[in-house]
Amino acid sequence: MEGQTIIESEGLTKKYGDYIAVNQLNLKIYEGEVFGFLGPNGAGKTTTLLMFLGLTEPTSGKARVIGFDPTRDPFHVKEKVGYLPENVGFYEDMDARQNLRFIARLNRIPDKVSTGRIEESLRMVGLLEEAEKRVGTYSKGMRQRLGIAEVLIKEPKIIFLDEPTIGLDPDGTNRMLDLIHSLSREKKMTIFLSSHLLDQVQRICDRVGIMIKGEMVAIGPIGELAKKKLGVDKEHYTLEEIYMKYFKEA
Amino acid sequence: MHGIFTIFRKEMEDHFSSIRFLLISALIVMIGVIITSMVGMGIQEESKGMAKPTFLFLWLFTSTGKLFSFVQFIGFFGPLIGIFLGFDSINRERISRTLSKLVSQPIYRDSIINAKFLSGVMVIAIVLVAIMLIISGLGLRLIGVVPGPEELWRLVIYLIISILYISFWLGISILFSVVFRSTATSALASLAVWIFFSFFVGLGAGVLADAIAPVSQSGTGVDPEVFLKHEQIQRVVSHFSPMTLYSNATTTILDPMRKTTQSLVLMGPLERLSLSRFQNPLPLIQSLIIVIPHLISIVAITLVCFGVCYYIFMRQEIRTV
Repeated sequence: MEGQTIIESEGLTKKYGDYIAVNQLNLKIYEGEVFGFLGPNGAGKTTTLLMFLGLTEPTSGKARVIGFDPTRDPFHVKEKVGYLPENVGFYEDMDARQNLRFIARLNRIPDKVSTGRIEESLRMVGLLEEAEKRVGTYSKGMRQRLGIAEVLIKEPKIIFLDEPTIGLDPDGTNRMLDLIHSLSREKKMTIFLSSHLLDQVQRICDRVGIMIKGEMVAIGPIGELAKKKLGVDKEHYTLEEIYMKYFKEA
Repeated sequence: MHGIFTIFRKEMEDHFSSIRFLLISALIVMIGVIITSMVGMGIQEESKGMAKPTFLFLWLFTSTGKLFSFVQFIGFFGPLIGIFLGFDSINRERISRTLSKLVSQPIYRDSIINAKFLSGVMVIAIVLVAIMLIISGLGLRLIGVVPGPEELWRLVIYLIISILYISFWLGISILFSVVFRSTATSALASLAVWIFFSFFVGLGAGVLADAIAPVSQSGTGVDPEVFLKHEQIQRVVSHFSPMTLYSNATTTILDPMRKTTQSLVLMGPLERLSLSRFQNPLPLIQSLIIVIPHLISIVAITLVCFGVCYYIFMRQEIRTV
């Protein structure tokens, strides 16, 4: 699995006044992996994502994403990185294709090229039949899938997903997870998934990192963490058990 | 540049397909038609059987007719167009959560606010050009006078000043849309500023002038020095209002007979004599020189307003975006 390092951070810190949102984060993400970024609400997950995207300036420390410094060179990072924020918004009066076309144009993709890509990504997320409808009429699950399609338009190397399954029904959640999984396997994209829904993370992630109160308390493949925390001989473990152990210690 | 162009294009599409724009243009066209027909018919009657005065065509825009002139109308209600077009430009995107998506695309962040402002200015320009063409066309039919080249130039300058003036109000409303989270708050704040400048600055100027240099209402036995001071204070204070700047500048540009923007001029007997003898219109360039300070002020406040807006937008934490 170990590929090249594609995201890297050293002592990455973000303070809001006296409050430390992210403290001395050292992280390495390898090309092609699905990384689960766990932690309770307000642990600093979104702040970390925003720093990697160059949308927020770190107070101190360094980050490199696909070889670029997001603070100095956010332009190049945003070209190669797709970001699906929690509760993504769309232009409600436009239909799916128009929304995607707009994003494609912002990414300097010529209309000739983007026409094909729009159809392809709509097909991947299963929205081809509903593409004519105004996005305002979409359900939560359809909006999340359209969000993924929008990220795919620019053919990113890395996708940052912030709570992609929150608020979805079980069927929607499954489809979303399968989609994420196939993106990683078929398109060889690196996926950085932030979530606090542990069983889902366990299903699709190669490695996980647990962040609590701005500190990365654990990082590694789920199996390894289980050995470390729950004892070597334990056969059946869930990510939840590991997580709760870390959470109580913190 | 690419980002600006793409967002600009989308904003224009949004503007033209919005009901709001439809309402504004319907209202403006209606008012324009009413004003012209009123003013035009007035001019027709007045000038019956006598030689047509020069610059008659400009009267279409400056003559008050029965209610108010077109220039007065734009001076008073033009700000509302600017406010209408801008009050929700940034916070609407924030509420619908599309702003955080926009900033995570490979565009420079300022292209968002630049494109919003430029598209607003473009819409203002289109609306104003359209309405001036309507007035000119109707006016031509009504009074049967073809404008000369100088009149056309004066109208073009008037158009530019008006676009700048309304753009200032667009800037104000975009500024509030950056500062306030809720579209209702930013709309109300913009309206409050509009009301303040259109009513209270004028009132305040009078009150302040009365307080510093009191002039009795009867007007008898007034020291001319005091009276002059009174006028000066009133003038200076009222120039804080963009509305005063605009109306002074435009009436001077559109009326070649006006030789100053001031309402009170101190004149010696000789000057008075020469003025009464030589009632000739000012050449365009001279009118322009008179209003240059006003023009610069309007450009300056528009730029300052947009600059503040730009600065705040660029500094805002994405988190809150």
